[in-house]
Amino acid sequence: MAATTVRGVVSAEPPESFARRLRQSLRTPIGAAALAAALLLAALAVAGPVVFGDQASKIDTSAMNQGVSGAHLLGTDSLGRDIAARVIVATRLTLRLGLSATAIGLVGGLLLGLAPSVLGRRAGRAVTGVVGVLVAFPGLLFVLFLATIFGIGSTGAVLAIGLALVPTLARLIQNLATSVAGSDYVATARILGVGRFRIVVRHVLPNIVEPVVLFAAQAATGSLIAFAGLSFLGLGVQSPDYDWGRLLNEGLSRIYVNPASALAPGVAVVLAGLVFALLGEAVAQTGGRRTAARAVPAARTPVAMNADGGLAQTPADVDGDALAQLTHLRVSFPGGRTAVRDVSLSVAAGEAVGLVGESGSGKSLTALALAHLVPYPGHVQGVVRFDGHDLLADPRSGRRLGAELAMVFQDPMTSLNPALRVGRQLAEVSEVHLGQSRKAALARAVDRLAAVGIPDPERRARQRPHEYSGGMRQRAFIGMGLMAEPRLIIADEPTTALDVTVQKQVLELLGRVRADSGAALLLISHDLGVVAEVCDRVLVMYAGRVVEELPVSRLFQGAAHPYTRALIGAIPTMTTDLDRELATIPGRPPEPGEEISGCAFATRCAFARDRCRGELPVLAPAAGGAGHRVACWYPRAGDGGTVTDDTDTDDTDTGITRAESEAVA
Amino acid sequence: MARVEIANAGVDPGGPAAPGGGAGRTAPVGAVPVLRRAAAALTGDTWPGFLVRRTGRLSASLGVVVTASFAMIHLIPGDPVRAALGIAADPAQVAARRHDLGLDRPLPAQYGSFLANLFHGRLGDSIVSQMPVSQIISDRLPATLQLVIPAVLLILLAGIPIGMLAAVLTRDGRRRRGELAFAATTGILAALPEFLLAVGLVAVFAVWWQLFPVAGQSDLSSYVLPVLSLTVVPAASLSRVVRVEALRVLREDYMRTARAKRLPARLVYLRHALPNLLTSSLTIGGLLFTSLLAGTVLVENVFAWPGLGSTIVQAITTKDYPLVQGVVLVYGAAALLITFAVDVAVAAIDPRSTVRGT
Ligand code: SF4
Repeated sequence: MAATTVRGVVSAEPPESFARRLRQSLRTPIGAAALAAALLLAALAVAGPVVFGDQASKIDTSAMNQGVSGAHLLGTDSLGRDIAARVIVATRLTLRLGLSATAIGLVGGLLLGLAPSVLGRRAGRAVTGVVGVLVAFPGLLFVLFLATIFGIGSTGAVLAIGLALVPTLARLIQNLATSVAGSDYVATARILGVGRFRIVVRHVLPNIVEPVVLFAAQAATGSLIAFAGLSFLGLGVQSPDYDWGRLLNEGLSRIYVNPASALAPGVAVVLAGLVFALLGEAVAQTGGRRTAARAVPAARTPVAMNADGGLAQTPADVDGDALAQLTHLRVSFPGGRTAVRDVSLSVAAGEAVGLVGESGSGKSLTALALAHLVPYPGHVQGVVRFDGHDLLADPRSGRRLGAELAMVFQDPMTSLNPALRVGRQLAEVSEVHLGQSRKAALARAVDRLAAVGIPDPERRARQRPHEYSGGMRQRAFIGMGLMAEPRLIIADEPTTALDVTVQKQVLELLGRVRADSGAALLLISHDLGVVAEVCDRVLVMYAGRVVEELPVSRLFQGAAHPYTRALIGAIPTMTTDLDRELATIPGRPPEPGEEISGCAFATRCAFARDRCRGELPVLAPAAGGAGHRVACWYPRAGDGGTVTDDTDTDDTDTGITRAESEAVA
Repeated sequence: MARVEIANAGVDPGGPAAPGGGAGRTAPVGAVPVLRRAAAALTGDTWPGFLVRRTGRLSASLGVVVTASFAMIHLIPGDPVRAALGIAADPAQVAARRHDLGLDRPLPAQYGSFLANLFHGRLGDSIVSQMPVSQIISDRLPATLQLVIPAVLLILLAGIPIGMLAAVLTRDGRRRRGELAFAATTGILAALPEFLLAVGLVAVFAVWWQLFPVAGQSDLSSYVLPVLSLTVVPAASLSRVVRVEALRVLREDYMRTARAKRLPARLVYLRHALPNLLTSSLTIGGLLFTSLLAGTVLVENVFAWPGLGSTIVQAITTKDYPLVQGVVLVYGAAALLITFAVDVAVAAIDPRSTVRGT
């Protein structure tokens, strides 16, 4: 059994698919252009000397050093020879020399590049080391060094340029080979006892053909230009032979008389280089097509209102007491993806509100919308108010958010700037928003770090985030929110990325900070347990909508929405049998782009009926009491305030038994 | 794991394929790890260890350059002295010159005195002009530096802001047409060979418009075209690199944090984004600067600039091998020192790059 699988893996990666993909990519515009240009260049190289040879070498003392004219398109040189003809005739020699050098470089690069994979560990390292040293020197310097040794002239120049290409190509091929050698199927081949040489020939080489062809094309461009440079310096092709570099050299001395005689060979070099670059591009496309970026249609979602949206604002929507308020919030992205649909929520001063949902439920975007931070190209509609100011209508009012709104993000490892000292990152908040001096702000930063329980804050303030542990970074981050006078803290999964032990400390810290500062808290989490611990009120989101809103006190006994109940069933408690899987909710939430006519939860809901699938349930007061609203056609009846923990009924009520969830898993 | 070890084993000056490389476990010189650990233990800092390690690598590479320039004259097929003096030269004269150059002594002895002379700044005498090579170099070096230093400054001052601006304007897929225009323009400029660009500039600005002199070093206006020829190509590639890096940085979580702090745009981009994209951009910039050295050779020859670049070409043409040796040494050492300086600058901006093997 094991052996067959292994053989199956080893024989994967058919090399011939490259040829097919290459043919395909030659049919794309770039590929076709590259092919046509390459054919033209080849035709010039073959036919040029035959057709224009006489004209290029005919000395005409009556027409020396002429400028551009009808008879001589690019003028004549000091012996009266036609420059246009000479440029065309030079194509053959230029290409021959350039491609010979490329071939030398490629062979040498492959030998040195694959050597570490074939040789033993020690010898392989030596080769890698030598290549590493050589690669640090600029190519032309290497060429000059080698040209000195091999002597002036075409042969010496071909050798010099070819050998100078070796280190770079070897380094690139080494990197490719090691990455292929690290792949699973090569590892299995090695375990099966396939020899090093065979591994290179059978497994490594076929898998690096594509990038190597690309490198070769780049090397061809490079050696063409290097050759032009060397001949231009008088170190390459020697008279009476001539390539483009030599013509450039001759033309430059007469640039005053006839600029065309210097420009034409230069343009020829650039164009020929472009042909090789295009060929390389076509090859790169071959590989790139597999991961080609999908163009996102840039069309904005029209601002039309959905029947269910009801974006029209009524006076009743404005809650005078609320510190922060979202009304009929809708966040959409180009391409018809709507992540948040008609969400209204408000947070009163000093209140702690939890926003719960799975990832993709729109909870984070809702929070970002409240903070006026929805990333481009997200489109926010509805009303966003903070302390009575309409943030969408008056973007300048967003500035005060810097002082009054503190954010805490999920991953403290990536949310602090790695290049700046922690103290600096804290201090700039009060510098910018409270107008404090640099020194005063830094002192406050140290004070805040102490307040969030960071030991030795003066020293810590001078450190950069990578010297902090994860929990400490999150503390520092919370401290950053306390630099001004926050009235609302938005914490988006503040503990998810942390160790379990640290999680508790950070939650306690958030609670303490809230008590000290009197700030309100909007806590976003996928974890009902965390929310229940910290918050006064909970909103449950599903597929971009709020499906239930209730006081925390009613959460575990009075939840009416089947989804909320399912979430509760998924919380591990002290009594959870550790040997058994936690109850998970079978099925998947709908994709963000999906249009659902009825209840989005219907496909996963055990109580769904026809009405659920056809009609959208709206958020309406639930039977349970004040502050409890639910969006469900058939809400579950809670056990009305009884505090007894009746696990059996709970399980049946959620409609999701452990047996069921296991069956799905 | 094995991949990292192989890829960075031995002496690794951080080639193009491994920017900021050197994450391997092996140190170039046996004593270095001990020194490094001692240094780190004493100060609790990663800096000394980094400097010791990096200096070790620099010395190893310098050793390679010195040995290569010594070996050059021995690698030339045939008799370099006869080649230099011509076939018709008097055999006695050839023998005398061989003796002057020390070529009649055993190889190890020659290497020893080469190193000793080098230590005292003596690089031998030119075969052609009989002048000390060190003097020729110190005569010619300033003219080259007068091109290189303004060019480097211009590359940084143009490449970084242009790249950042392009990134800010086109971030998250804004202004797709502008992005295309930027990519096309800088792509073409970055692909031009410097000396061909120089010829084009001469044709347009010196011959047709006659704004600047065609060649030679004279007043300030004679610097414009050579410096421009050296600047445009690397600045275009740098701005491309910076744009890509800046786009990556702008997507990072800490940039969202900076925006969440409602900092003014100036601080968001200059204080929070710039240092983070400088590290990787400079690593690549180092490669641009070393290739700039090579660029000076060609550009100096286009403009008949009396610097080291035209010196080395003349020396190669006249087979003045001691002079070639000396100039190769200077260029090679300069390339290594630039790479070293860039690594140290990167480490100063981002101390994490001093930590090895984590
Ligand atoms: S509306 Fe129907 S499908 Fe939706 S949650 Fe309620 S019972 Fe389930």
